[in-house]
Amino acid sequence: MYTFEYQLPKTLADAAKALASTGGKPLAGGQSLVAAMKLRLAQPGTLVDLRGISELAGIRKEGDALVIGAMTRHADVANSAVVKGAIPALAVLADGIGDRQVRNMGTLGGSIANNDPAADWPAAVVACNATVQTNKRKIAAGDFFKGMYETALGADEIITAVSFPIPKKAAYAKFPNPASRFALVGVFVAQLADGSVRAAVTGAAPAVFRAAPIETALAKSFTPDAAKAVKVDAKGLNNDLHGSAAYRAHLVSVMAGRAVAAAG
Amino acid sequence: MSIPLALTVNGKAVKADIDPRLLLADFLRTTLGLTGTHIGCDTAQCGACTIHLDGRAIKSCNVLALQAQGADVVTIEGLAESDGTMHPMQAAFKECHGLQCGFCTTGMVMSAIDLVARHPNADEKTIREELEGNLCRCTGYHNIVKAVQQGAAAMAK
Repeated sequence: MYTFEYQLPKTLADAAKALASTGGKPLAGGQSLVAAMKLRLAQPGTLVDLRGISELAGIRKEGDALVIGAMTRHADVANSAVVKGAIPALAVLADGIGDRQVRNMGTLGGSIANNDPAADWPAAVVACNATVQTNKRKIAAGDFFKGMYETALGADEIITAVSFPIPKKAAYAKFPNPASRFALVGVFVAQLADGSVRAAVTGAAPAVFRAAPIETALAKSFTPDAAKAVKVDAKGLNNDLHGSAAYRAHLVSVMAGRAVAAAG
Repeated sequence: MSIPLALTVNGKAVKADIDPRLLLADFLRTTLGLTGTHIGCDTAQCGACTIHLDGRAIKSCNVLALQAQGADVVTIEGLAESDGTMHPMQAAFKECHGLQCGFCTTGMVMSAIDLVARHPNADEKTIREELEGNLCRCTGYHNIVKAVQQGAAAMAK
């Protein structure tokens, strides 16, 4: 790994200042960033460890929304009674990330800031029409994820929490790569409070996206068969040694169907 | 750049000035000489480096030592009693022959203890699922699962 300076600020304001003055990178759980640094794929000059900022962790209900702090670990989301009561699909999703040891370190904020093409959280954030709260502003899910490993975050912007409006029904289904367990295709389906349906897909393309034909079909009939009957266009989908674009397109309908079945 | 690190390892306060790049696994093995924590894949996949950080199983090859600042770390060396009596999970791995070459064993034991703490009555399916982050290249899973079940029963006593 390349050399770097390290800071452990106690407040959000100090962390933002440190990022602005050094051009460094925030460190959450480090389950992607530390691994990338070891491979010299990332070389931040300064790491600003967010671990000491207590206001960034925690789970709470705020009106009709479930708010999860950016530094909340996946394992804590998976075990949270508040999450299981409000949006159980998020607990299921969190419990399926990586393995137990990774879930004990990795965080929601770190995952969406990294925006790995096969990460699970972006699908939930987009499908639930969640709002990403930062130290500067609120960003709608649709505006947050820009492309492969790319988000709307500014250099000294820090995610503080994600606010998920509680949907009527929601579920996540993923087809994991048999070796890496990353999502070859993962689909998060949500029927929002206003009755509209969103289906967000991860793993299949360079970044999370909404599958419009699936949403249209599910808006008419929220059934597994309606999702499975949709023929998804393979154009623009990932085509690699793990699976062809056509195979992934097929999986999108299949996993959407399984998600709808799980949503009940 | 050298940074002071202070934490508790196996019940003892430990202090060192370290390079920020130092991984927790290397800090334990090289700086402290606790070589029971193994580095297998060095890419957070195999789980041989599993230790407990504030009571939770984590992969120490994928965590900076500085991320354990002020924390309570337990390694395989911290499990046995001071008179050498093995932890019930260690004893179960020995009795069930839950190892072949032994390289993955310390990580398996650390994960197993975390698993039993959360699922005291885990069935075979749960144990196999929960050990997803620990790989045994000898494929000795059958006896490992048996050992975890026996260790869980012994820990309940």
